[in-house]
Amino acid sequence: MSLLAVEHLDVRHGLLQAVRGVSFAIERGETIALVGANGAGKTTLLRAIAGAHPVAGGRVTFNGAEVTKAPSYQRVGFGIALVPEGRRLFAQMSVEENLTLARAAGRAGAWTIEAVMEAFPNLRARRHARAGTLSGGEQQATAIGRALMTNPELLMLDEVSLGLSPLVVERVYASLQILLTSGTTIILVEQDLSRALRVSGRVLCMLEGKIVLEGRAADLTREQVTEAYFGLGKAGREAILP
Amino acid sequence: MIWFNQIVQGVLLGGYYALIACGLSFMYSVMGIINIAHGSFAVLAAYALFVLADRFGVSPFLGLLLVLPAMAVIGWALQRLILQRSARAGVLVPILSTFGLSIVIDNLLFEQFGADTRSLAPYIGSFSYDSWSLTDDIDVGYLSVLVFAAAVVVLGSLHFFLSRTPLGRAIRATSEDPDTVGLVGINARRVNAIATAIAMATVGLAGAALAMRATFDPYAGGPHLIFAFEAAVIGGAGSLWGTLLGGVVLGVAQNIGAQINPQGFFIAGHAVFLAVLFARLYLGGRGSLLLSTLGRRA
Repeated sequence: MSLLAVEHLDVRHGLLQAVRGVSFAIERGETIALVGANGAGKTTLLRAIAGAHPVAGGRVTFNGAEVTKAPSYQRVGFGIALVPEGRRLFAQMSVEENLTLARAAGRAGAWTIEAVMEAFPNLRARRHARAGTLSGGEQQATAIGRALMTNPELLMLDEVSLGLSPLVVERVYASLQILLTSGTTIILVEQDLSRALRVSGRVLCMLEGKIVLEGRAADLTREQVTEAYFGLGKAGREAILP
Repeated sequence: MIWFNQIVQGVLLGGYYALIACGLSFMYSVMGIINIAHGSFAVLAAYALFVLADRFGVSPFLGLLLVLPAMAVIGWALQRLILQRSARAGVLVPILSTFGLSIVIDNLLFEQFGADTRSLAPYIGSFSYDSWSLTDDIDVGYLSVLVFAAAVVVLGSLHFFLSRTPLGRAIRATSEDPDTVGLVGINARRVNAIATAIAMATVGLAGAALAMRATFDPYAGGPHLIFAFEAAVIGGAGSLWGTLLGGVVLGVAQNIGAQINPQGFFIAGHAVFLAVLFARLYLGGRGSLLLSTLGRRA
């Protein structure tokens, strides 16, 4: 049984249909890279899976149970966590408070404040600082830590490198390495294609709300993904998709 | 000495203003909602205590054990049935809907109880006028001191609750970003309903203070809303300790005004409120700049 199954999912922003009939499934322990140009619908897809955006049609099944209608706070309880784009920390609250909040999910597990500090040592000194005063890298670490504190079975990371300097991105990924090898199921949105192909087992490429390319990262070339990414060469795409 | 007395009485009066402003300030800081029916709810609680005392002989202090939970339930329903829906339509709609609600409450009370003025003072014996003599010239009433102490305890406990408990943290997080709290497993609707219930329980306490220290009638909500509003704004809307300070500033200003001229009570209060408001509007930027500069030096 797949951990997450998405079937014919439609998601709208008013009149704009951002996700069009998307279907895919994820097995436990997989790391999936979700790539695509800006506006392709990646963030909307992740938010719909997390329950932060209402679904217009289709089904989302998690651990065999349908969660299409469940609100986001319940889905966190089932084990779905999202690190949102732009981090969305509670700026007036301290790092520790931001992390502690996630206990509301009521999921006990290996991830505690100490474990998060272990994984992101740069947070240790800033533990009692207001989240709004942190650097971009520290904020991203706090946002990931906050999601981990819910002890998720599925962790979705939306644009973790957005707005961070290359050096800081390296550091965040070095910390993520623990997760990537720990067997946590991960969906990762990453603009940097080569990095996405390197860290993930499977790649989904979205274009205009649809998945136009899907395959094992090892089997795909950078050129194939780039082609799907920009919607170039219909003939080529048909050759890839059955 | 007479001036000193006015200041002492003004500070105690300020405690009362802080108590009635507390729920208003709390709801504004947590949900960004200005509850215009605030004063009407306080009067509703006062009538509930009055009925308990008048018909059933329940002391108003014991009556609070019934009325405060009832107000909390009303708060829960208010959030679920009215505020949650109207807040979806923008910031102004809750103001309109609570304004409408205040008219409904006032007139239902009028229909039920008529225009007679009432007070809870007869039901608390000599407590309403007993006092301690500090000096030959200065006496402080038991009731004034009790109300001031209640304001400090309520504001202090709310402060502790918000900063130290999981539910308090959830309330603060929800006030900062209601869309994102869902992603950490917090049910924003439930949190807001609890916060409104807490705010309404403080309104019940404010209603008791109002009814014990003075008289009330079905339309007494409006004038009390004004004082609550002024105290909250002077103290910096949404700040709990600021609300106490705002209440004290308002109370002292009113008493000093009354000492200068018998009609100066309201005028001085409103003048201070307007002065603080305009100072905030025009000096707001410079004021906070000054504070941050001082902060860096320190």
